[in-house]
Amino acid sequence: MKRLPQVLMAASGLLLLTLFVWPMWSITLLAPQYPQGVKMFIYINKIGGDTPNSLQNINILNHYVGMELIKPESIPELTYFPYIVVGMAVLAFVFAFIGNKKLFLLWALLMTLLALVGIYDFYLWEYHYGHNLDPHAPIQIPGASYQPPLLGTKVILNFTAISLPAVGGYLAGAAILLSYLAWWLKKKVKG
Amino acid sequence: MKNLFFKGFLLLPLFAVGLFLTGCGNSQGGDSGKTTGGALASNVAEQVYVAPGEYDEFYAFFSGGFSGQVTVHGLPSGRLFKTIPVFSVDAEKAYGFNEETKPMLMTSHGFIPWDDSHHPELSQTNGETDGRWLFINANNTPRVARIDLSEFETVEIIEIPNSGGNHSSPFTTMNTEYVVAGTRFGVPYPQQDVAINEYADKFKATLSFIKVDPETGKMSIAFQVLLPAFDFDLAHSGKGDSHGWMFFSSYNTEEKHTLLEVEASQNDKDYIAAINWKKAEEYVKQGKFHEVSARYAHNFYDEETQQATSEMLNTVKVLIPEECPGLVYFLPTPKSPHGVDVDPTGEYIVGNGKLSANLTVHSFSKMLKAIENKAFETTIDGVPVLKFEEVVAGTVKDAGLGPLHTEFDGKGYAYTSFFISSEVVKWKLGTWEVADRAPTYYSIGHLMIPGGDSHKPQGKYLVAMNKITKDRYLPTGPELCHSAQLYDISGDKMKLLLDFPTMGEPHYAQGISADRIIPRQKKFYKLEENKHPHRTMGEKDARVERNGKEVHVYMTTIRSHFAPDNIEGIKVGDKVYFHVTNLEQDWDVPHGFAILGARTSELLVMPGQTETLVWEPKAEGVYPFYCTDFCSALHQEMQGYVRVSGSNANTPLKWSLGSNEEE
Repeated sequence: MKRLPQVLMAASGLLLLTLFVWPMWSITLLAPQYPQGVKMFIYINKIGGDTPNSLQNINILNHYVGMELIKPESIPELTYFPYIVVGMAVLAFVFAFIGNKKLFLLWALLMTLLALVGIYDFYLWEYHYGHNLDPHAPIQIPGASYQPPLLGTKVILNFTAISLPAVGGYLAGAAILLSYLAWWLKKKVKG
Repeated sequence: MKNLFFKGFLLLPLFAVGLFLTGCGNSQGGDSGKTTGGALASNVAEQVYVAPGEYDEFYAFFSGGFSGQVTVHGLPSGRLFKTIPVFSVDAEKAYGFNEETKPMLMTSHGFIPWDDSHHPELSQTNGETDGRWLFINANNTPRVARIDLSEFETVEIIEIPNSGGNHSSPFTTMNTEYVVAGTRFGVPYPQQDVAINEYADKFKATLSFIKVDPETGKMSIAFQVLLPAFDFDLAHSGKGDSHGWMFFSSYNTEEKHTLLEVEASQNDKDYIAAINWKKAEEYVKQGKFHEVSARYAHNFYDEETQQATSEMLNTVKVLIPEECPGLVYFLPTPKSPHGVDVDPTGEYIVGNGKLSANLTVHSFSKMLKAIENKAFETTIDGVPVLKFEEVVAGTVKDAGLGPLHTEFDGKGYAYTSFFISSEVVKWKLGTWEVADRAPTYYSIGHLMIPGGDSHKPQGKYLVAMNKITKDRYLPTGPELCHSAQLYDISGDKMKLLLDFPTMGEPHYAQGISADRIIPRQKKFYKLEENKHPHRTMGEKDARVERNGKEVHVYMTTIRSHFAPDNIEGIKVGDKVYFHVTNLEQDWDVPHGFAILGARTSELLVMPGQTETLVWEPKAEGVYPFYCTDFCSALHQEMQGYVRVSGSNANTPLKWSLGSNEEE
């Protein structure tokens, strides 16, 4: 299977494109009155939830403590990240075709960097929504902030917030791992 | 139910029945004391205990009787979940008060705020309850209603012309092809000013077949069968081999019009009318009907526009048995039969002769043979009367006193309620032997087994509906609740598990396993599908419009405010329409709306819906309004004001929400 590394590289590109199908990340809010939880899904190009109305319902809850309304159109990343993803997928296909191990490594490193930047950017938005509070909010708790966790579980007032990667996020992660694997295999074959 | 008929007899049987049943080798029936020990046994408690947060296994839909509504309970817990308003106004839900639902209660006699609902009936597919719709009859001003079980709301009501006392209704056929409506009181045909003592000549009875659209559920009267003015009491459809037939019990075949308790109890046998509705369909197709003028209302709630409309219809198709041979046969049945109940196989037709100690069971296959052999004892108005001995399958002898209704467990047993001897008697189909009996507290009317009148009963529990409770609960003045009693019928012997109070007077109930209903549930209405002509799709569209003396307020609700919440420029003499749209899109977030002095009910608006309250302020002032349903942590802040100026004032019309809003 001489072409395996190239196939894996192309597969990385395909896996990356699943970001347009499944969400990257999910934030679940649990409270006694929400036995099934309220789920927010962050996609590469939009913000959704487990129901079409999850975002509205989260915004209604958030407004009591004065959090800014989460409006997907006010988050520019949702507009330009898709281009980067498509670009990286195309690069993966081109690199796979060329079959150069250095290009494989370049892609893997680039993707790793992009993923880290993306996660940091996510953190900044969480910080923004969690701290940027309306001074006239009905419920004000001195010193409190409502920033959800980057990864894991945190209690925010009556809610338990759980932040975890979602299907798309896992598959994108797998894409990065595959690209490293492609590079390593290619190196081994040549060496 | 004819419990009035029996009240005179009541004291006598309560004492006498003990003796009667002792004769049957059982002394339980006359025991009017309380059962405490047995019912408190811990294993019994476990059988009805539904832990907090757990679901009941069955839904039970009880008619409200003189409340006009339907109540929804869970079994085995007996817990009450909801009252569904049907034939009576319900201020809690604005049913019959808001502009959207007022047309539901229109009739040919005008708006009627009340009726007497008797028999809930679940829709069926292949003879099995399917959880789509619940039908129920109005007894006083004859009507049939349809409740949509995806939302537990009344969505359609059709009036029945040429009828008085719609009691033998709305029993369904195996695939809900039809629900029926037989008249209990003979009425002049056509309705006219005539001497009452011309009853036998001028009065008639009709049995109506209401076609149910298999997709939408929409009802229309397909045809009526014209019969002598007997009192048609109850009905049940054939199933299995007898699918295509409908059976109606009757009393007062004497055709009397006064002191019926005596006059209508003279004939040794009355009739069960067997209607071949498939034949009726052929006759209708052949045009053998009479298009008769009649005035009746058909009210339909459109889920898209969220409004009911009432349409007045003018004709009905009538089939006359003399012109339609093979359409109707009479089966002589002793002693003023009340319930007529068809077993799950469709072979046995049980006539519950209410003035008798015996139950008469007819055989469908024998009936077909008798028809083939023309074994008629006479003919009444073109209807052949079959010879009793040619159709009877057997008799359950000395089972109890005053049999009213029978249901089936699907395991070869029947369960009959005995009003006078106040008990449920279990007996075996085919051998007609009594297998068990259990007392009821007190004076049972209907009984119900989930699916117990269908082709496929779910025979785990039996519910007895009792007319009299006396000392069973904490006393509440002269008027006492009616009760339901739950029995475990999974074993050989019936076991009383639970005794719970009910609303109004449940005549009958229907039960269905919860898994047939739960998947259909709507959690809220999608706002984007709201086609109400006065909807407001977002706060930015909230506004007030004046059109002469009519003012339309397009208002929205979302946690926790109204938009607008300050309105000025309303004048004395205006007619103000508050069209309130609930913008919420989540489960269990209704908002209410009420304004001081409005001479109507609150609104209770479900997420995604629009409802309209009309207010005609009579005096100048500033009037508060508020949300009536505790919606959120800031529910108490969900309030606003309307300023009302004098009729000649120049106060400009303006509205706002918060300080940043427009003038």
